[in-house]
Amino acid sequence: MAEAAIRFDSVTKTFGAVRAVDSVSFDLPRGALVTLLGPSGCGKTTTLRLIAGLELADSGYIEIEGSDVTRLAAAERRIAMVFQCYALFPHMTVLENVAYGLAVNGARRAAAEAEARAMLASLGLEGYEARLPAELSGGQQQRVAVARALVLRPKVLLFDEPLSNLDARLRRRVREDIRDLQRRLGLSIVYVTHDQQEALAVSDLVVVMREGRIAQMGTPTELYEEPADAFVADFMGEANVLAGEILFAEGGKARLVVAGVEVETAMRLAARGAVKLAVRPEAVTLAENGSGIPGRVARAAFLGKIREYEVETEAGTLFVTSPAAAPAYPAGAAVVCRLERVIPLKA
Amino acid sequence: MGATSLARAALACAAFAILFPPWYGLEGGLAGWPGGDAAPLAVLVAQGRSWWLWPIPLALPAAAPALTGRGTNGRLLIACGAGALAWAFLQGFAIGTPGQAWGIAETLAGVGVSQPAFGWGAALLIAGAVGLVAAGFAAQGAFGGDGFISALVLGSAALLVAFVFAPLLTILSAAAVEAGQISPGAMLARLGAREAWSLACVRGSLGCGVVWNTLALAVLTGILSTLLGLAFALLSARGAVRGGRAFRALAILPLITPPFVVSLSLIVLFGRTGVVTQFLSSVFDIPRSRWIYGLPGVLLAQLLAFTPIAFMLLEGAVRQIAPSLEEAAATMGARRFTVFQTVTWPLLRPSLAAVFLLGFVESLSDFGNPLVLGGDFDVVATRIFFAIAGARHDPGRAAALALLLFGLTLGAFALQTAWLGRRRYVTLTGKGDSGVAAPLPRGLAIACGAVAYPWLTFTAVVYAIIMLGAFVHDIGRGDMTFTWRHYITAFAVEWQNGPAFTGAAWDSLFSTVEVAAISAPLTASLGILLAWLFARQTFPGRRTLEFMAMLSFAIPGTVVGVSYILAFNVPPVELTGTSLVLVICFVFRNLPVGMRAGIAALAQIDRSLDEASATMGATAVSTLRRVILPLLRPAIVAALAYAFVQAMTAVSAVIFLVSARHNLATVYIVGRVEAGEITLAIAYCSVLIVIMLAVVLGIDRAVGSVRIGRRAEVEAMRPAPLPMAA
Repeated sequence: MAEAAIRFDSVTKTFGAVRAVDSVSFDLPRGALVTLLGPSGCGKTTTLRLIAGLELADSGYIEIEGSDVTRLAAAERRIAMVFQCYALFPHMTVLENVAYGLAVNGARRAAAEAEARAMLASLGLEGYEARLPAELSGGQQQRVAVARALVLRPKVLLFDEPLSNLDARLRRRVREDIRDLQRRLGLSIVYVTHDQQEALAVSDLVVVMREGRIAQMGTPTELYEEPADAFVADFMGEANVLAGEILFAEGGKARLVVAGVEVETAMRLAARGAVKLAVRPEAVTLAENGSGIPGRVARAAFLGKIREYEVETEAGTLFVTSPAAAPAYPAGAAVVCRLERVIPLKA
Repeated sequence: MGATSLARAALACAAFAILFPPWYGLEGGLAGWPGGDAAPLAVLVAQGRSWWLWPIPLALPAAAPALTGRGTNGRLLIACGAGALAWAFLQGFAIGTPGQAWGIAETLAGVGVSQPAFGWGAALLIAGAVGLVAAGFAAQGAFGGDGFISALVLGSAALLVAFVFAPLLTILSAAAVEAGQISPGAMLARLGAREAWSLACVRGSLGCGVVWNTLALAVLTGILSTLLGLAFALLSARGAVRGGRAFRALAILPLITPPFVVSLSLIVLFGRTGVVTQFLSSVFDIPRSRWIYGLPGVLLAQLLAFTPIAFMLLEGAVRQIAPSLEEAAATMGARRFTVFQTVTWPLLRPSLAAVFLLGFVESLSDFGNPLVLGGDFDVVATRIFFAIAGARHDPGRAAALALLLFGLTLGAFALQTAWLGRRRYVTLTGKGDSGVAAPLPRGLAIACGAVAYPWLTFTAVVYAIIMLGAFVHDIGRGDMTFTWRHYITAFAVEWQNGPAFTGAAWDSLFSTVEVAAISAPLTASLGILLAWLFARQTFPGRRTLEFMAMLSFAIPGTVVGVSYILAFNVPPVELTGTSLVLVICFVFRNLPVGMRAGIAALAQIDRSLDEASATMGATAVSTLRRVILPLLRPAIVAALAYAFVQAMTAVSAVIFLVSARHNLATVYIVGRVEAGEITLAIAYCSVLIVIMLAVVLGIDRAVGSVRIGRRAEVEAMRPAPLPMAA
């Protein structure tokens, strides 16, 4: 079994009274793009910096490709990092920036510059070598930062919220570029973001963090369809959390009681009894009448592709999205909510 | 740099120090080397002359195992280095000039044993020993195992202790010494002396104690310069006034002129035979008097000198107030005056307090103006001078007064820190938001104008007198015929098989330029390195070291001067009378300015640049060299220019340290003023101003700005923060 790219074993990091990373353990496989995802303050950036060596763990054990790096400083680990603000040296040209890592580690100037040129060409930046960072666009700056990191052939490449400085349109293109690069070169990448869409789109593995601990770790599909608790369910894509009771569950279908109404819905296997359920907004269909939970539309909004509704029901306010092609219901209309699919939560 | 390479370098330095340079510092230079007086340590010990030095060469082979580089033993290195240091100083203090040896030394070595002070050999050995200790600490893992940082921390700590703290302690002990004995009672008596604290002027017509004089002057200067500066700042930043450039140009002048230039000009204008006095006497029959000599004159001089600085700092503060705050108040119905009263003024209060304290401290340390214009009105700084250089020579009294002065400035700084906290930098390039600042309320604008414009004109006249006075026969007596006489007397050059500098002023000018040119780069580099150390590295004892470095900022120049003569007058460290002591004095006096410029500049360089460099494998030194220093060029320029200007215009510290061979321009000028040759003094001042302008502009052009983009150039010559009075 191949060594993990990164192994954390009960790693803790405290700042003053705050436990930014609380006894976190995981194994990240090689050649995969792993995303650390979570809200502000959950510890994902601290974890990234612990991998990089910019912070040293207070306790625990960190291993990169089999070597113990727990007490090594950043300069001694074979990692490279792309910073949120790119951190390109403003007084050096693009070529000098990319060649920096090689120069600092003793390579001769001619050789370092040749390699830098090749790397820039492979990222589509040929002809920009003599420019200064301030003379590049945001997307170009980011590619220079990536080139600078890649030229060192690191064991692990780290990205700290790389898309947050780009405008929305550019984000999709750049995240696809990063994914393609990773696949092409078989890199091990650890990627930090607070945007769950981004995480879902590019990752092989997602680690959802909360208050210094791992809430759940798995593939995007696993996390979306089988969240462990209400927090993960709501973080990975909006979820309505309802209380209900399972009467009967078998063969991918279940009969439940929700808000006093008996409903039949698709659901994975779960034990009978009272349970908390997560229902995705797109998994609720509105109808004028029929079987389902009755309710009244409180607010309706048209968003082009979809319509968003807030529906007041006995079970609480449900957030529902419907495709634009479906019949529209105005505010105040009485509707029936049919639950197509629900997810039972463990906690 | 690793611990081992540092250890090797230190050992090499120490070995060199023992074998080649003269151990003792003597007048004769290298005469008779390697024998005679200029012998290195090896020869001295071998010939049995100063046999008590033998433990020192032993430190080298003891530390030699470090050269093999296998498992460098940190403890051994520390022990050897510390041992060599301790012995060097111990024997230096034990055996000094004839008759000053310790009892135990005389018992062992014979009565009447003596040795001269440390020379280059000793200095290099001490440097090597400190390097060994630093290498030892780095080998033990301190400072992240980085030898460079270890050397920097320990080296600067050693220098600060030697040249800031030890002299201070000497003052303390000198104040307590009475007739050769340490007597706390004597110190208390001196500190509470009548000459310092008497309140006779309140009740009668006798003068008050100098401490009260000094405080009164300082408070007045602080308040008035703040108010004047505020008037200028409000007009410049908020009034629709086109005088902004004139204000700023005049604001630069006091920074590059010797401090008592203003006093000279005032004498020429208002002295007993001054231009204005003559005019008033002949036209309005107002009797001539010597009113300018005393509190009014000194106050006027200090205001003229400090108001421009107050203006620059307050202008920055006014510009920093986000216009949107005032706009919000206006949209809620507040009229212009109410907006000023309820929004602008409260936001300005912290800056006003900071500027007041600054003026207060500058006045406390001012020496040149009270010396020239004081008359019977003495302040502590001048009293100290007379206690050393005057007829009643009394080092104990001088030391006690120095302690009092130091206490006052320290108190003011403590107040500033406690009151204003860490927010001490007023950024002078206010990044305003997109709002437009509201114009001043009408009444206020008029009031400010009524104060500011006359003052502006007055300041312009005062400086114009300088340039005028240099070129006319005798401006003091109204003789306005054009002449080169003064320049000829001062700067005559004759041709006798090569240029012969026969003018009276050349010696001091050459000395001054030489000392300034040597000390400025040293000050700037040490200041920037320390700034980097404090802003970017963490290590145990950082706060203490930072405090020690900044402490020298709080010590008035006179106190420094006195402490140096008391501390460095006798072996083993005998520096008075040399130009080295002048260089050292300048470096440590002006260090805080370089440090502050560096810290402020480093705050603007994002840490992610350091981190990016680290993740790519660069050591701290590599990052410093390749990334940080190039981006620090503006700060380096500011520090260099500042250090140079301060060295050229310093008076209060160096007036005690000059000698016949190494005189400085400012001291020479003061001498001319005392002798009544005011016009010659003025001519010399004008030359100094021209030189400093040339150098400052030259430094700016040479080291200049950092190009970080086609349209983005970071400029060097922004007004520098917080100058210290000379």
